[in-house]
Amino acid sequence: MPGHGRHTRRWYGILAAMSGRASLVLAVLPFALLAAIYLYGSAARHAENPDDKVMPTVGQLADGIWRAAFEADRKGEYRLWVDTKASLRRLAIGLGLAALVGLAVGLNIGVLPIARAATYPFLIFFAKIPPLALLPILFILFGVEEKAKIILIFVGVAPVIAIDMYLRAREIPYEQVVKALTLGASQPEVIYKVVLPQIFPKLLSAVRLSLGPAWLFLIAAESIAADVGLGYRIFVVRRYMAMDVIIPYVFWITFLGYLMDLALRLWMRWGFRWVGEGEK
Amino acid sequence: MSATEPSGPWQLELKQVVQEYPVKGAGWKRVLDSLDLRVPAGELVALVGPSGCGKSTLLRLLLGMELPRTGEVLVDGKHVVGPSRERGIVFQHYSLFPNLTVLDNVTYGLELEEFTLLGKWVRYPRYRRRRKTFRSEAMHALEKMRLAEHAHKYPFELSGGMRQRVAIAQAMIMRPRLLMMDEPFGALDYTTRYDLQLYLLDNFYQTRMTVLFITHDLEEAVFLADRILVLSPYYVTDSGAANGSRFLLDERVPFPHPRVLAIKKDPRFGALLEQICELGLDPSRRQLYRERGPGQSAGGDAS
Repeated sequence: MPGHGRHTRRWYGILAAMSGRASLVLAVLPFALLAAIYLYGSAARHAENPDDKVMPTVGQLADGIWRAAFEADRKGEYRLWVDTKASLRRLAIGLGLAALVGLAVGLNIGVLPIARAATYPFLIFFAKIPPLALLPILFILFGVEEKAKIILIFVGVAPVIAIDMYLRAREIPYEQVVKALTLGASQPEVIYKVVLPQIFPKLLSAVRLSLGPAWLFLIAAESIAADVGLGYRIFVVRRYMAMDVIIPYVFWITFLGYLMDLALRLWMRWGFRWVGEGEK
Repeated sequence: MSATEPSGPWQLELKQVVQEYPVKGAGWKRVLDSLDLRVPAGELVALVGPSGCGKSTLLRLLLGMELPRTGEVLVDGKHVVGPSRERGIVFQHYSLFPNLTVLDNVTYGLELEEFTLLGKWVRYPRYRRRRKTFRSEAMHALEKMRLAEHAHKYPFELSGGMRQRVAIAQAMIMRPRLLMMDEPFGALDYTTRYDLQLYLLDNFYQTRMTVLFITHDLEEAVFLADRILVLSPYYVTDSGAANGSRFLLDERVPFPHPRVLAIKKDPRFGALLEQICELGLDPSRRQLYRERGPGQSAGGDAS
């Protein structure tokens, strides 16, 4: 009987109206499922072989976390924090530089035809280099210290950000440029007072999307040559099959990435309320 | 063709303006053909014409975004060589900066006028003091436009009609010598459009600014303007087909200011509409238009 049901809102299909509680339950579900599978697998393996190292029990994991975070190692360092600090520093410098340079390049080739002609084809080409293939070159050129790792992140991320910023700059309507000029803006003022403020929040989106690749390049570089860092640690303890360290580290890296993503999202939401709405 | 001949100086003057664009392997395509126009200060001129007739091209010439192939474009007796704060513009879309509040949108030009990009930071204390003045001037303009309560909102929080009112305030606060409006009310609903028309007229009466109003809505054109210009490629010359658009009509609107809604019922209003409408039609369609009875389509779209 169409039109006479008690339920005016569907709960299925493309017209489904979700309640907040239902959304929450569905959001938690995959996490719970993953945990359940792990607990079951771990329990099963330990029932068969009490010395199993592949899927540590919750107790063993907690122990691993405790040792890494709150017990000093032979050098008197708290590994987890030392590794986190080193990795975050590399990531922040690499990603920060990539964001700055990407913004500057994208903005300029977006608004200046000469800069565009001279840079864009090269940029497209440059962006196609698989960054990891550069890693040996970077290690040879810059040594195995910090520089090579930071440059790898930069090289991997900056071209993508630059291209994105270029496209965003070109999206600025012609009308707005004309309007600014008729209000007395000079050409630099059009670039820095009309285009830049409008593409800046989009830089935050670009950085958000680059977090994944940036971590990838960081871990790759750390795994090959480093003496400290989250990626380095994972690959070192792999030799002892120390899953009780590896699993918490992977979880911790994921969590850090999530926090950065969240921070950028909040910055966008509170700092740039107008984004994506006032286009007309 | 000019309806009256007051002596110059002309606020806006076109002398034999021709605009052509290169066509791949086919020479030049003429869009505007020897346009002549003289507009005295304080006139509200409506420019209408079918889509693709070159209205936007003419607008770009007046803005200084491009230069004519031959001929001269003069505003206030000076050649137009580039965009300038002497010539303001209100667009239909993207009429405001989305990242600025209403108040900042209106003070935008005032700030640019006095402070350069770096000057703002070099002379920051002075800038802080002057900004207060700019803001109170902008607030005053917004109050006149019944927009004061929305001063701290962003454009996306405003209705289409409010946005256009802010855009008008933003352009008018610069006191341009010529205000151009490119279908400013084209996207608004009927009631809001009428409201803004009255609103524009009120502002016009107060400032007596020279306004060039481009529109698709013929009724709007006749209701607002002192003078109607029809730009159209649909004419026949002695040597055959037309090459580029010309002003096919330059007509004074026979109603006094301030305009009232009642003029729309005046027979002369309808007659003028029909006359304009026909000029915007391809000649092959004009016969049909006459047969079906003019008046049926009065107020219709010329495109």
